[in-house]
Amino acid sequence: MAKRIETIGLSCFYGSTRAVDDVSLVIEPKTVTALIGPSGCGKSTVLRTLNRLHEVVPGARIEGRVLLDDLDIYAETVDPVAVRRTIGMVFQRPNPFPTMSIYDNVAAGLKLNGMRRKGELDAAVERSLRAANLWTEVKDRLSKPGAGLSGGQQQRLCIARAIAVEPEVLLMDEPCSALDPISTLAIEDLMAEIKDSYTIVIVTHNMQQAARVSDTTAFFTLRGPGEPGHLVEVDTTTKIFTNPTQKRTEDYITGRFG
Amino acid sequence: MSISLIAAPAVSLRSRRLSSSVVLGYAAAAVVVTAALFAVTPLGGRVDFAMVAALAVIATIVVVSWRVEGRRRATNRLVTLGAALSFLLAMLPLVAVLGYTLSRGIKRLSPNFLTHSMAGVGPLDSGGGVYHSILGTVEQVGIASLVSVPLGLLVAIYITEYGRGRLAFSIRFFIDVMTGIPSIVAGLFIFAFWVLVLHRGFSGFAAALSLAILMLPVVVRSTEEMIRLVPNGLREASYALGIPRWRTIVSVVLPTALTGITTGIMLAVARVTGETAPLLLTASGNDFIHVNPFSGQQSALPLFVFQQTQSAFDVAIDRAWAGALTLILIVIALYVAARLLTRRNTLVRR
Repeated sequence: MAKRIETIGLSCFYGSTRAVDDVSLVIEPKTVTALIGPSGCGKSTVLRTLNRLHEVVPGARIEGRVLLDDLDIYAETVDPVAVRRTIGMVFQRPNPFPTMSIYDNVAAGLKLNGMRRKGELDAAVERSLRAANLWTEVKDRLSKPGAGLSGGQQQRLCIARAIAVEPEVLLMDEPCSALDPISTLAIEDLMAEIKDSYTIVIVTHNMQQAARVSDTTAFFTLRGPGEPGHLVEVDTTTKIFTNPTQKRTEDYITGRFG
Repeated sequence: MSISLIAAPAVSLRSRRLSSSVVLGYAAAAVVVTAALFAVTPLGGRVDFAMVAALAVIATIVVVSWRVEGRRRATNRLVTLGAALSFLLAMLPLVAVLGYTLSRGIKRLSPNFLTHSMAGVGPLDSGGGVYHSILGTVEQVGIASLVSVPLGLLVAIYITEYGRGRLAFSIRFFIDVMTGIPSIVAGLFIFAFWVLVLHRGFSGFAAALSLAILMLPVVVRSTEEMIRLVPNGLREASYALGIPRWRTIVSVVLPTALTGITTGIMLAVARVTGETAPLLLTASGNDFIHVNPFSGQQSALPLFVFQQTQSAFDVAIDRAWAGALTLILIVIALYVAARLLTRRNTLVRR
């Protein structure tokens, strides 16, 4: 469990537009790495290249390499579907499957990949919901629609759904931006609890959140509108928030955006 | 810095409003005046009265509202009343068709009518029924649906989920062209190709083929629209779980769009169930019960109605109305059944 990710000279494109330029970044296992930076700097795009979801957009492609431990996940012989099974993802807006019950939502990744044994499914659903701190709230209504939960509960349901397939890495794309502070706290606590078993990468606009939850922080920015985003600095979260090497990082985290 | 308190100009936040009873009073007065006008002038006729009264009511309310409430509220009342009137006008043909068919058809509609064919019924006999036509319609529309629904779903899935570039574009273009095919042309094509060139003769199956041509584009277009409405976030959530694309389409995209897809299919079924022109050239009609759809002439409800209206006798005309009512009831029943079925399915199963 928990693998190391490394990007080497990663550039991302949408058609002929270069969205992200030359990112080299190491993400250590069993840590939380936060990607921060202004809107449009490409942090979400970088995140989506890590599980090969970037290429789902028509015309999107990358240059460079992404290593999962020692395996280049963009190699010819690698199946993107298998990569995504190993690397789970939680999205900005809670997106439970609207036609499925709470149980089916959590079991979706297993069921739709062919697991049929009811005992194992039941166990996996309970384990994932417990891990996502949702079990006590929903255990009596597992057959009710997942869309009927509150926003914070839906997001925890999506986390349970992502960890039910036992991924090595969990990617989170602004998972709390649509949630209230209490639900945000629940999810941050959850991340602290599960980081012993996973490699977590989180994109966030909330710098307090990055400071609270992450061990490592990577700061991205862009030179101007229409310019590609790039990585400015990556270091331990403490260093980035107290004594960053780059002037631009300091300007951003102190609110003097430059 | 001192804060100066300057008296704001006296803008009143209150304004006079007409209560609904006053509005109703003015409306009633407008109707009374219209009635008086119709009593003393040569104006006459119920339809004319309704039109003049409606316009008089709208004009009165808008003018009074403008004087009392001001321009903005008067505009609001004008547009609201206009929308309500348009709704009533749009509903009028529907209610009239349903109501008139019901009133004319109900007197011949009976269990006997539904369970007997026209076998051995003479031109002046009052007996006979539509059993053979219901059978034909069910078989023909059923076969047409079996052909066009799976095909249409697959085409729609291809052009929304897989197709890029020229092929998808040209498929969409030809589907659009197909939508515009007049139904008689679809019938003529099957008549020329299936009945004449291939020597298959008239049959329910030939009718089903011509109906399938008419159904296909409707199924494709409505399914396409519904699949496009499924949020992309759901597809990405599914991909991110390592679920393959085909599985995502089958288990996430289609169930989410199911209610809309069913409605589209039902509209297509309803449309072809009432088609008459292609059936004249393909099924050709039959007074007897003919079960086998693959060979021999077969009846169908629209054909039955058409053929009965060709008669000069009241008994046949009554049968035509009852047949038309049966047709409407079948379409309504199918539609309601489909909605109930999909509603149960979109609610969760475990």
